[in-house]
This record gives sequence, structure tokens and C-alpha cells, in this order.
Amino acid sequence: MENLNPNQNATITYRDAVAEGIAREMRRDPTVVCLGEDIGAAEGVFKTTVGLFKEFGPSRVWDTPISEQAIVGAAMGAAMTGMRPVAEIMFSDFLACCWDYLANEIPKVRYMTGGQVTVPLVVRTANGGGLGFGAQHSQAVENWALTVPGLKIVAPSTPADTVGLMASAIRSDDPVVFFEHKGLLASKGPAAPPDHVVPLGQASVVREGTDVTLVSLAYTVPMALQAAERLASEGISAEVIDLRCLIPLDMATVLASVGRTSRLVVVEENPYQGGWGGTVVSIVADEGFELLDAPIRRVAAENVPLPFADALEDRVMPTTDKVVETVRKLAAY
Amino acid sequence: MSDDLLEMYEQMAIIRRTEKAAYDLFMTGLVKGTTHLAAGHEAVAVGASAALRPDDYVFATYRGHHHAMARGATAEECLAELMSRATGICKAKGGSMHLTKADKGMLGSYAIVGAHLPMAVGAAWSAHLRGSGQVAVAFFGDGATNIGAFHEALNLAAVWKLPVVFVCENNFYMEYTPIGDVTATEHPAAGRAQSYNIPAEIVDGNDVVLVREAMTRAVERARAGDGPSVIEAETYRQYGHSRADPAKYRPAEEVERWLKRDPIDLARARLEALGITPDRIAQVDERAKAHVEAAIDAAKNAPEADPNEAFTDVWADGSAVWRT
Repeated sequence: MENLNPNQNATITYRDAVAEGIAREMRRDPTVVCLGEDIGAAEGVFKTTVGLFKEFGPSRVWDTPISEQAIVGAAMGAAMTGMRPVAEIMFSDFLACCWDYLANEIPKVRYMTGGQVTVPLVVRTANGGGLGFGAQHSQAVENWALTVPGLKIVAPSTPADTVGLMASAIRSDDPVVFFEHKGLLASKGPAAPPDHVVPLGQASVVREGTDVTLVSLAYTVPMALQAAERLASEGISAEVIDLRCLIPLDMATVLASVGRTSRLVVVEENPYQGGWGGTVVSIVADEGFELLDAPIRRVAAENVPLPFADALEDRVMPTTDKVVETVRKLAAY
Repeated sequence: MSDDLLEMYEQMAIIRRTEKAAYDLFMTGLVKGTTHLAAGHEAVAVGASAALRPDDYVFATYRGHHHAMARGATAEECLAELMSRATGICKAKGGSMHLTKADKGMLGSYAIVGAHLPMAVGAAWSAHLRGSGQVAVAFFGDGATNIGAFHEALNLAAVWKLPVVFVCENNFYMEYTPIGDVTATEHPAAGRAQSYNIPAEIVDGNDVVLVREAMTRAVERARAGDGPSVIEAETYRQYGHSRADPAKYRPAEEVERWLKRDPIDLARARLEALGITPDRIAQVDERAKAHVEAAIDAAKNAPEADPNEAFTDVWADGSAVWRT
């Protein structure tokens, strides 16, 4: 996969930021508890729970069997009764094993009981491809969660945002699905300041530009930034937006940016069919049509299962080259 | 003892009449969608609830009117929900399959088979973490014992030794199919409990006293920190699986046999054996009848649900806002 993380001198990895974000909340709120497979003494297969078991012990960090339904179902029951559980589903592909809870139970129980219960929980999961894990361990499935009203959806791109969004996710009284990108775990960035909180539903303009707006999320944020850098050398000024959350969806920031640039390219890792970019562009088409001077483009994964070999995976997933090429053509429109 | 039993008898009588009302109101078009009536199952809900503390947690299924009412939901708010009234127990957003009375610890009725067993495990985990001494109970049908969530829930509850009681209402039919035709063990819940090292009891689910006794043992065990239990309460539906089902697949003599063991008749016989006079019992019956009739009238006269309610209660702040 491409090296999208040139900032190697900074102070904390995305991986450590996950554990740091959880630890900060566990320190300030005794009702925050963690459960998942291999998250305790083993400190997580992705090492995103390093230090938690040591600091908080087995009464706050619980190892589970390989039982995704029991993990997420138990988190739901605990959340309904006074706790703030943080459940780990190891690979986001495995959300399918407990999909009933994310599709039918957690997002609906508050509504269908007329507001009688609240479900303050976080389901964390390692998402995304580019690492050669094959079709069942590589998917970007944030669009799955987007199909169900009632879930908040977070997908950070930097270590500091990971800490700040984890704080908001755990403090949220609504259920949150928190996607941690496998391709970003080793990336580094500035550490989060103390008490860092990034509100849910606020996109960030991570690079200003005047010719085209690139809307990105998680792994496609550094990809869009790298594309913007290359485009700048060709005289094309790209503005890059990191959505940070899919729900709440910060369309005000997107529409304001399109108002400045008049061109929109969405860069998303989930498949084109049913991908989140479809929702973003439909809103821009509805509400921002007059802002546009060119058709909207989406750079997304191809509509095939993710293949294993690097050459095949690169062919299927969005890449910096594909973003640059798409923007180039659009700029000439 | 007789006072307790009289109280349970009255609860069962109210539930039975509410279920009959739900059936009749469906036929007149005032209840839409579907209903899964629990007539015949009353002793399981009432007997089990009688063994619980007010702050214990209950999770039930789409056949859950009796569980909501056994935990304190009123006939009026349940019927209002079924009739799409603003005064419905879930503001008419849940319907028959999702009756919930959270302020009485009845944390919901769930219509995806088996889904609520892990939730009950989670509520028990929460009680353990908070040291509250509360117990969580999941009521489910025999059909639920063949779905994965049942097995994941029992295993996790056992390895974490949690204060949860799994109560199977075995009515011998999973929807339209005899449970024995699709299940590898004779006792769908109790037979599986052994493999998770969970003690199990099979009880006459039509005898409210025996249910309460079995439940008391399981709840004491849970509160003492000795972990989960399974109770398999054998009972029988007096209606079909759902509104659409006349239940013609059940042999007439089997239905006849079970109707002779109606849980309300069994409780009445126990009351009489304890020296309660037929007059006293008749008074209770009359009171239950008047109570449910008043509930039907109140629900009928309540305002229809406000369409704007469709946009409340999605998020904890009460709103449905998903974007800027």
C-alpha cells in the first residue's frame, strides 16, 4: 500500500491514540468498561488496547469468547442499565456476525420504546483494506452502518482526532460505531492535548483550496491530501475536507466548500455501490446544484470483493493516482 | 400465602382479559399489524415476576404482553399502544411486539428471536459491576433455543458467572412447527443448559405457584453470586402463533388436554383448596373484568398518535437530527 504518512517525527501513533482515548475516559468515568476478544492481557490483536488491562484490571477490561452477538448484545444490556461499555469487534467484517444488534436492536430500542431507554455504548472496530488480508478481513464497511438510522458513525484520520472523537463517542448518550482504520494504525501525528474533545458531526477543512473540494474520511484523508499536493504542482488548488463522522453528517461544511470551489470529488474506500459518497452527493445535488460548475465525481472501491494480491487490491481500491486523475479531468471540464 | 396467590390470580385474570380484548379489537379493526397473544402463558410471567425485586431487570419477546403487565404495565397503556394511541406505553412507536416498561425494570420486548438473551447477560454484567445485587431475566420461547444468540448468551453468562435467569416458555411449537421436529434434544432449553454447566429445572409452566418456587430458587442462586440458571416452563398457547394463525396444525385432543390445565383454573383450584370462598374469587374476577373494560374504553377514547412523534426519540436529546 502507499505510504501516505510522511510525518514520521511526530509524537504518537494512531494505534496508541486509540488506547489513550479509551484510557482517558476510563480515568474520568468509572462506568466505562471494555469488552472484546483478546483485549485484556493480550492487549488487542491490533495493540489498540495496550496498557488498559494493566491500569484498570480485569474488573474494567473483560476478555470475551469469539461471540460477536454476545459481545455487542451484552454491551447493549449493560448500556441500558447504567454502564458505558466500549465493545471491540476485532475486524469490521465481523460486524456481520452481530449485525442484528447494529441493525435491529441498538439503533431502534430507544425509538420503539418511545424514549424509555438510552444506549450509551461504543462499538470499536478495525476497518479498511490495503494490507493484503483478503476479502473477509479488508473491507471498509462504514457504509453498512450508514444504512441504519439511529447509529452515530465515527472514523478518525489522525491520532489527535482519534483521542478527541473517542472522548465524544464514549460520552455520547447515543450508540456510536467507531471505525479505526487498519492502514492508519502505524501512522504518527501530534499528540492530543489534555482534555481534548472533538465534537461528533464536525468536519474539518484540512487543506484550503479554490478549484475543487475533495471530501474524504479516515484513510482517504491522507490520500486526498497527497493528491492535493500533487495537483498543486500542476496549478490545481484542491480543498480537502475530513468528514470525521458520517452521522451526524456535516453537510454545512461540504456545501460551504463547494460554494467556494464549484467542483466536488468524494473519495471513499467503501464500494461505489451503496457507498457513503452516494448520500453526500445526493444532498449536494439537491441543495447545492447551483453551486456546481461541473459534474460530481466519486472515487470509491470497485464493485468486487477485495482481492488478496497487492496488484489486484491496488487496482480495486481508491488510490492517490485515481484521485489525481479524476480531479485533473474534472478541472478541465 | 393465600393473599399472594389471590394477587397473582388477579394479575393473571387481568392479563387473560387483556389478551382477549386485543384479539377482539383486532377483529374490529382497532388493532393493526399483528399480535402474538400470550393467553395460556400467564402463569410463567406472573409466577416468575412474583419472585423478583422491583429493581430487577426483565427482557421479553414479541409474545410479551404478559411480561410487561406482570411487571406493572397497565392494561390501558398496553391496549392504547396496540390501538395506535398517543397514550400508548411506547407512544405508539413500538406496537404489540415491543411493549416496554423501563421504569419498572421491564427493559423491552424484542421481535428478533433470541436477540435479547445477550442483552439480559449484559444487564446482569452491569449489576455485577455496580454491585447492585440485581438479577436479570430473559424470557424466551422454545424456538429461540435453536438460534446462535441463545448459545452465545448461555456460554458467556456461565463463564462470567453472572446473575441472570433464562426462562424458556416451552409451548411445544416454534411458530407452526412442533419443536421436537426441529430440535435435537427433548428439552430444548434445559437439555442444552448442561453443556454450559448451568443448572436447569423443568417446571409446570401452567402452575403459578410452582413457577414462583422454581424462580425463587434461581433468583436466590443468582443473587448469592452462584451464576446463571435455566428454567424451562412447559406451557401452551391458547391462540395461534400470531394473529394470522388459527393453529389448525395442533391435534384437537392435545389442545383439549391443555385447555383442561388452564393456568387460571389451576390457580383457582389452589385458592379453593386454601379455603378461599368461590364468592371471594368471583369478586376478584368481577374486578378484573371491570378493570379491563375500563381500560378498553379509555384506550378507545384516547387521541390518535401525533404524526410528529415520528421525529422524536431517535437520539438521546429527543431529536431525529442526523446532519447539518
